[in-house]
Amino acid sequence: MPETVEENLAVEARPAQAVGFLAERPGIYSWLRVKKKFPHLWCPGCGLGTILGAFTRALMRLNYSKDNVVVVSGIGCTGRIPVYLDCNTLHTTHGRALTFATGIKLAKPHLKVVVFMGDGDALAIGGNHFIHACRRNLGVTAIVVNNSIYGMTGGQVSPATPLGKRATTAPFGNIEQPFDTCALAMGAGATFAARSTVYHVNLMEDLMCQAMSHDGFAVLELISHCHTSFGRLNKQGSHIDMLKQQRDRAVKNTPELDVDKARAEGRDLVVGVLKQDKGRREYCACYEEDIVRPAMGGKG
Amino acid sequence: MDLQSGKPQLLSGNEAVAYGALAAGARFFAGYPITPSTEIAEIMAAELPKLGGKFIQMEDEIASLGAVLGASLAGVKAYTATSGPGYSLMQEHIGFAAMAEVPCLVVNVMRGGPSTGLPTKTSQADIMQAKYGSHGDYPSFALMPNSVLECYLLTIKAFNLAEKYRVPVTLLSDEVIGHMREKVVMPDPATVEVVERKQPTVPPDWYQHYPDTTTGIAPMASFGTGYHFHVTGLTHDPSGFPTERADEVEAFMEKLKNKEIRNPKDLTMVEEFMMDDAEVCIFAAGSVARSARQAVKMLRRHNVRAGLLRPQIVWPFPKIPVEAMLERVDVVLVPEMNVGQLRKEVERLSKDRRHTIKGLNILNSCMITAEQIVDRVLAIEYKPKTARKGGRVYA
Repeated sequence: MPETVEENLAVEARPAQAVGFLAERPGIYSWLRVKKKFPHLWCPGCGLGTILGAFTRALMRLNYSKDNVVVVSGIGCTGRIPVYLDCNTLHTTHGRALTFATGIKLAKPHLKVVVFMGDGDALAIGGNHFIHACRRNLGVTAIVVNNSIYGMTGGQVSPATPLGKRATTAPFGNIEQPFDTCALAMGAGATFAARSTVYHVNLMEDLMCQAMSHDGFAVLELISHCHTSFGRLNKQGSHIDMLKQQRDRAVKNTPELDVDKARAEGRDLVVGVLKQDKGRREYCACYEEDIVRPAMGGKG
Repeated sequence: MDLQSGKPQLLSGNEAVAYGALAAGARFFAGYPITPSTEIAEIMAAELPKLGGKFIQMEDEIASLGAVLGASLAGVKAYTATSGPGYSLMQEHIGFAAMAEVPCLVVNVMRGGPSTGLPTKTSQADIMQAKYGSHGDYPSFALMPNSVLECYLLTIKAFNLAEKYRVPVTLLSDEVIGHMREKVVMPDPATVEVVERKQPTVPPDWYQHYPDTTTGIAPMASFGTGYHFHVTGLTHDPSGFPTERADEVEAFMEKLKNKEIRNPKDLTMVEEFMMDDAEVCIFAAGSVARSARQAVKMLRRHNVRAGLLRPQIVWPFPKIPVEAMLERVDVVLVPEMNVGQLRKEVERLSKDRRHTIKGLNILNSCMITAEQIVDRVLAIEYKPKTARKGGRVYA
């Protein structure tokens, strides 16, 4: 550990050198605002860095043009993702990211709109917007990063906090049933729902590609960890321990999967694609065919 | 509907707002049904698809303005229409639009409040909400039409201000104006000024989304045009990235504030009626100004030299014409359908407090009549402190 002021300064100088190094790297670094915004503000060990890495790799794989990708977010730790991405980025109000995304996509349907939300952002304050976006089937990708807690405000109970777990606003344990993000999305009519954990990095990247390629509203839940708040309050160990938990709790979604049996064995996180309905038309397509054409005098 | 210019039409205020928005080039509307504004959404749902525009009914008013801001950021002129309860919900995104400098129009067809209040009755009680409704200090812009034709013209004017200064603008209509039908002769579209958003001319690498310009008018790129900028509701530096540095925060707040202070000529719009020789000024806006105009004529028959000063742009407050008026008259009556929101603004400008400034505040949800205004003016006990001697100066 650095002890003198000079040593401290030397440590602080290191990220700047790293930035110069990163800036010369091609590939995913072309999607990052490496010269402007790094190092990022997340805690060391946070899952959001892994998610950002997987997302940039997915964007590279899909070969999207930076001009046509719009990344929208709400408030919270997850809400800070867009600032690091070098494309059209929008950091909105708490819970309302999907409403802005709706306006962007409907106004300019050729844009690829991806929304990042945390569990509190998407399911508590933005719960109403979330279910209605699922119902509408507008071609937007919603990535819900579920770390079971409000991280940025310091560890308050969220609608995804498991029963009995502690938070600063649930000091005796949470007594409220948490939402199952994917079940909620599927129930509300989302045509694509999938789940991964941060531990399953390659699966996460694959699912991001699938979700963004889906023609309709796609929900991807990413189980992440907040070792700083949730882990500390619930004695979950380090971020490494929490990643291992994700590994041990996950079970791949296959047609043969017996969910009840897996849950009895402690494998309650079903990962992979949970639903993909290619039959329903996307909202902008419906608007053109069912509204614009009859309005212009053509046959509906 | 075909609106031919030069030909008389029978239109309601809400219809005129809708057609004014289309004439201004609005091609996106997101809204939520609420009395007494719903006709605007209904017309948009029918008309926008014919013009290549988009209409969407959202799940609430917060979402409506969110979608409007998204569309505006994508480069489409966008607006929403609501009434008091919905306007309260929209305050969150009005603040965002002010902070992130996103042009948009919110039409508030005012009804009786507070809370659900009187959905089918009129009011002017949202004037202060249009100024201070959202948290934080931000520049506020609001217009108040007093006729169906003005609903059309001020809607276009509101869009022009929004696009020019990159601000959220409110059109404060009310239930009486919105549902009143009267004969309108539409102006020739060629004579109506429509302002388009200034586009950047610099290469993307040089582009700043929030430059501080001397005029307060900055070009604005849209999503999907090759300019990769960041938009946030956090306090940001000129490039759009969050900042907490005191000097940058101060410069940013100063820039926001200056939007309503610089360009006073462009942001002052008042109508004067019989003010040349007036000794009593009736200061009224919106629907009440119709009664006030009638009252001025009636007072003249009572040998009271009355005049009307009517702000069409109510925020920023028309400081220059009101101060000029206060130099000329000693008695001001401010009739309004609230507890005195405009009157207090006039009182603030009466620096030596020599003026007799009275209110006529009717809170029974009924339109103020000309007779009520006349009676109130005649009842004012007025003792002049300046040159004039005697009792009532205008009797």
